[in-house]
Amino acid sequence: MPTKDIAGVTVEVNEEGYLTDPTQWTQAVGEAIAVEEGISLMTEEHWKLVHFLQKDYAENGVMPTIRRVKSTGGIPVKELYALYPGGPLKKSSKIAGLPKPASCI
Amino acid sequence: MKQLVILGAGTAGTMMANHLVRKLDRTQWGLTVVDQHATHYYQPGFLFIPFGTYSEADVRKPKADFIPKGVTHIQEGIDRIKPEENRVVLADGRELPYDILIIATGCKIAPEETVGMTDEGWRRDIFDFYTIEGAVALRDRLKDFTGGKLVIHLNEMPIKCPVAPLEFTLLAEAFLTHKGVRDKTEITYVSPLSEPFTKHNCAVVLGGMLDEKRITFVSDFNCERIDPVARKLICYDEREVAYDILVTVPTNMGDACIARSGMGDELNFIPTDKHTLQSNAHANVFVIGDATNLPSSKAGSVAHFQADVLTENIQRFIAGKPLDPGFDGHANCFIESGYNKAFLIDFNYDVEPVEGAFPIPVVGPFKLLKETWLNHMGKLAFRWIYWNLLLKGRPMPGITTKMSTVGKKLNKQKGA
Ligand SMILES: Cc1cc2nc3c(=O)[nH]c(=O)nc-3n(C[C@H](O)[C@H](O)[C@H](O)COP(=O)(O)OP(=O)(O)OC[C@H]3O[C@@H](n4cnc5c(N)ncnc54)[C@H](O)[C@@H]3O)c2cc1C
Repeated sequence: MPTKDIAGVTVEVNEEGYLTDPTQWTQAVGEAIAVEEGISLMTEEHWKLVHFLQKDYAENGVMPTIRRVKSTGGIPVKELYALYPGGPLKKSSKIAGLPKPASCI
Repeated sequence: MKQLVILGAGTAGTMMANHLVRKLDRTQWGLTVVDQHATHYYQPGFLFIPFGTYSEADVRKPKADFIPKGVTHIQEGIDRIKPEENRVVLADGRELPYDILIIATGCKIAPEETVGMTDEGWRRDIFDFYTIEGAVALRDRLKDFTGGKLVIHLNEMPIKCPVAPLEFTLLAEAFLTHKGVRDKTEITYVSPLSEPFTKHNCAVVLGGMLDEKRITFVSDFNCERIDPVARKLICYDEREVAYDILVTVPTNMGDACIARSGMGDELNFIPTDKHTLQSNAHANVFVIGDATNLPSSKAGSVAHFQADVLTENIQRFIAGKPLDPGFDGHANCFIESGYNKAFLIDFNYDVEPVEGAFPIPVVGPFKLLKETWLNHMGKLAFRWIYWNLLLKGRPMPGITTKMSTVGKKLNKQKGA
């Protein structure tokens, strides 16, 4: 398993840079990944999504879909795209230290 | 007398009725199946209707022909389930008490979920092929198509038969070539996924085919709305795709009766144990087929594998024994690619589609993840197998419930 030095710590990641052990996540790690993803400042709105993903994943063991973020997390899809341009769930789940959302089959 | 009630007499519910009528002690157990419709449609056949390969008559038979003797068949809508009271309420107000409930209400398209989809463009230049009405309307439109922009669109995952939109795209390419209008047609495949298919190995092979056949792939496209007047799809990130004919696979949802019963997730799929098929919320409720929230494919072949496990588990549940966690996510799909050829893929929760032979390792006769004429013949034979073996719960020669890895090139797998 590859590792990565980020925000002063070493974390385990997969080949796409997603953390493989969510317990290695800290807010500082999240902020550093955000910078790599082109988000230089994580605002309260950015964190709202990250925290929703973390809570929902902990409760259900699967990554929520965009639909679920909208209906259960209460965040409009348009806003997700404004906050995380180009792939809201892919970026935010990486920042949250969670697996890449698998498009279920 | 105890009661086992099956909701839905589609692929999965019909199979379960046929299995259980042979396995349950009929002096102890009454068996009832409820469905709103009289006609059973062979849904995989809908794919071929727009191209005139199958007619409506080829894909329908009376449901009653497949419900075995000794099973009470009620043709009525299901209003709701009251799981705390162990009762089902029908649309006419009748109530059915149950000791064990099997939910097999499937899923269907919900085009109204997308803004602009069902406005004036619907079935004028926006079509689906997931319903008999949509497939027939599309056939009539394609008949006199003389070229332009043909866009095939997948709105949101999960959908039943996840390979169907790609198959449609490849078949349309061949159809338009035969018709002599391929050079006047731009074909575009639009998907919310990053790759043309959910399984990486398969996406690589199929992606290559799209390039070869000059089909443009637009990825990561989450449709915000459709503008039926300007005829374009609009993404949340403001990208636009223009069409003359849009063939869409709208959002798929479980039946509204599941929402009325308070038993579903945000798409009305029922949280279900992915190995035993018991509902997460109620021990005497089991779920099979497209109605579940399982991360397996929603396909008839999958329901067939699930039916074997569920038949065993109903017997165990009645006997008070621990359930068999036997369902491994096994799926087996033919993928039509046009010009009388097809691919075949075989995979489960843990193993991605790989090359090999099926159903007999090394021998075949079908080749996995390869495009062959014989695979295409297998796809066409599936209709006969569906009506004559699958629905009746008879074994399919050589095909096992649990996926076999013998003779498969597993080293081709990506990652873990
Ligand atoms: C275009 C297309 C191509 C496909 N191709 C393939 C393929 O090649 N291979 C493959 O394996 N699978 C394929 N499938 C998928 C396959 O058809 C389904 O996965 C399968 O039919 C699911 O079975 P089911 O019993 O869960 O649902 P269904 O067969 O859809 O049955 C559900 C039943 O429940 C009834 N019902 C629902 N709600 C109510 C209610 N409130 N009251 C009363 N009755 C109700 C419905 O009337 C219906 O009869 C395809 C599907 C489509 C649309």
